[in-house]
Amino acid sequence: MEKTTLNLDIKQEQAKAQEIIKSQGLRVLVCAGTGCVANGSLQIIEKFKELGADVSVLTDYDKMTIIPTGCHGFCEQGVLVIIPDKHVTYVKVKESDVEEIYESHIKNNKPVERLLYTDPQTKQHVHKNEDINFYAKQTRTALANCGKINAESIDEAIAVRGYEALANVIAANNPDAVIDEIEKSGLRGRGGGGFPTGRKWRFTAANKGGKSYVVCNGDEGDPGAFMDRSIMEGDPHKLLEGMAIAAYAIGADEGYIYVRAEYPLAIKRLRKAIADAEARNYLGKNIMGSDFSFELHIKEGAGAFVCGEETALIASIEGERGMPRPKPPFPANKGLFGRPTLINNVETLANIPVIMLNGADWFAKMGTETSKGTKTFALTGEVNNTGLIEVPMGTTLREIVFDIGGGIRNGKKFKAVQIGGPSGGCLTEEHLDLPMDYDNLIKAGAMVGSGGLVVMAEDTCIVEVARFFMNFTQNESCGKCVPCREGTKNMLKILEKIVAGKGEMSDLDLLEDLAQSVKDGSLCGLGKTAPNPVLSTLKYFRDEYIAHIKDKKCPAGVCTAMKKIVIEESLCKGCTKCARTCPVGAITGSVKQPHKIDQAKCIKCEACLTNCPFKAIVLE
Amino acid sequence: MSTTDSHKIDTKKLDSIIESYGAKKSNLIAILQKVQEEYRYLPEDAMIYIGTKIEGLSPATVYGVATFYAQFSLDPKGKYEIKVCDGTACHVRGSMPVLNAIKAKLDLKDGQMTTNDGLFSLETVSCLGACGLAPVCVINEKVYPQMTSDAIKVILDTLLDGER
Repeated sequence: MEKTTLNLDIKQEQAKAQEIIKSQGLRVLVCAGTGCVANGSLQIIEKFKELGADVSVLTDYDKMTIIPTGCHGFCEQGVLVIIPDKHVTYVKVKESDVEEIYESHIKNNKPVERLLYTDPQTKQHVHKNEDINFYAKQTRTALANCGKINAESIDEAIAVRGYEALANVIAANNPDAVIDEIEKSGLRGRGGGGFPTGRKWRFTAANKGGKSYVVCNGDEGDPGAFMDRSIMEGDPHKLLEGMAIAAYAIGADEGYIYVRAEYPLAIKRLRKAIADAEARNYLGKNIMGSDFSFELHIKEGAGAFVCGEETALIASIEGERGMPRPKPPFPANKGLFGRPTLINNVETLANIPVIMLNGADWFAKMGTETSKGTKTFALTGEVNNTGLIEVPMGTTLREIVFDIGGGIRNGKKFKAVQIGGPSGGCLTEEHLDLPMDYDNLIKAGAMVGSGGLVVMAEDTCIVEVARFFMNFTQNESCGKCVPCREGTKNMLKILEKIVAGKGEMSDLDLLEDLAQSVKDGSLCGLGKTAPNPVLSTLKYFRDEYIAHIKDKKCPAGVCTAMKKIVIEESLCKGCTKCARTCPVGAITGSVKQPHKIDQAKCIKCEACLTNCPFKAIVLE
Repeated sequence: MSTTDSHKIDTKKLDSIIESYGAKKSNLIAILQKVQEEYRYLPEDAMIYIGTKIEGLSPATVYGVATFYAQFSLDPKGKYEIKVCDGTACHVRGSMPVLNAIKAKLDLKDGQMTTNDGLFSLETVSCLGACGLAPVCVINEKVYPQMTSDAIKVILDTLLDGER
């Protein structure tokens, strides 16, 4: 096949961009992801800029440049300040610390020890990023540049090989070869389903000829997940490049990025990235002087979880209520505005440029037999190091929770991990050494999902968590099909009954029955997976359900209705304080005699409990 | 839909919003978002106007879209829009006590969204993606990390003081 001649040399562009970075002098990276901005990183950036105005003090550099980066992942320790040339990562930096960092380290080369990360095990200060346990065990490919480059500068993206893969692909003039490469890499959809990406591309490419679209699903709605947000905020050009390559391979000339409205920073950075890429002709008409044109738009969502489902997302882009449509026809044949459409998730698309640069074989070396490459996870909940991580597929839960995550907070005991959000399930102690990949998790009754990992400790009530998820899916059910609309509602009713201490044993069978019907009968993925949290908690924590029903007890001590406040006779001195405090007159007893609580009247406000001078009142 | 509407609708303003996005059905959500930004809610007359102005739409379809998405409100929101994140991570780390503290502080009854003086409105959102800082609240785009029921009271007091 004849090669296409481009009107630019990407290697030359790269060299130019690297020169720009060199000219920045000493680079000080300050995390400006949503999390760190909330912790005051913008003020830190301003303060550094103020100080950095006086360049005469720098010995080895003629200037200092402050780089606001995307999410670095270690949100727990934010705000993060990294000075790569000085091999140092500062954590939990406040505006008031900036002057010290500047005076001591930047001017006088003396690291500020107190702002270094302290390893919780060894209690030693850690200087280098790569020596921090949280990072040491990770393999970052999709997130490779997140936190290392200025997310709002196209030059910084180009300097780290941004748009090189796109230039190569266009020059090679062989769209089918691109699909072959992606197929060979074994990449599977990172949005939850795990469908082979190359195959999806081939299906869509089969309809080449007329108008077709590439759509990026950035409607990351799973509560507890923020991987896609971090990519969009931290390395938007990688996503744009991935989309352009996809468009080239399947013969599309227009694309949409559908982003949740809850992600204003991601939207702002994507808009800037698109404008910058268009200005350089990396997007738009006749890209790099070739015949290939690709116009990209952003569509903001408006708060509907179901829009993460591809057909609902299409309806939403078309300006309609975001309700799923029956498949077939599949979007690959008849999608957006009735035209063939390729829909991929943010992380999937962010992997494309890396695969095209390093080759399918390189990618396929990572991961397990059936799940190749790496996966990002949002590690949250009762774990010491919350944040964004990326590990090879097949990494065990133990490595994630205990090595990277640093174990459970406040020395509590590990109970379970909820994976895959409201569509997923829970994994327990017995799964700690299970290599996590698409198929193993399905076998365990969970799913990779989008990658939300919420760690739960001994004091988290599993039944309450199941209720929480069912409440979520019930709220987000679009109401189009009966099994999902009515089924989730009734499942929620039963769960509410159980956590209120009014459950019966027959409810458990009814729950399982309903779950099966909702699974089988629902139109889209939302309904089909909505019962998963209930089914998996019933499977692994049936005892806890039974404790709620039979003993009317919440073993984790969470469910208020189950709490019983009692007075220990042996400790009660009969001071009458509790009886006077009780707002409903549930406590009776004579002076200097042990008092009693009438459980029928008690509203569990715990006012007596906090007021008892003898600690005689306890929660059972 | 209620028939009384306190807001006078400036059709010129609506026209310019529609024009800026293009009078196309597929731009409806973006248009409604802009209208809501302008009025802090979607006035009924605005929805009717848009529904008759854009080809392929009707007031009913506009209403259908407006009520489908959680972001849209048919009632005026407060000057300070408080969003309490109740995503999984925030829920596990105690977002409900924070929500209850706000309700008590602002004297909001169950089901009431906006305070009587129109100063504050309160809603829960499913996930803001700031899970590393759980539990979080957002007041007019500003993110407040690691909230507790005491901390949020202090924040609300500061806002209230500023209003006096």
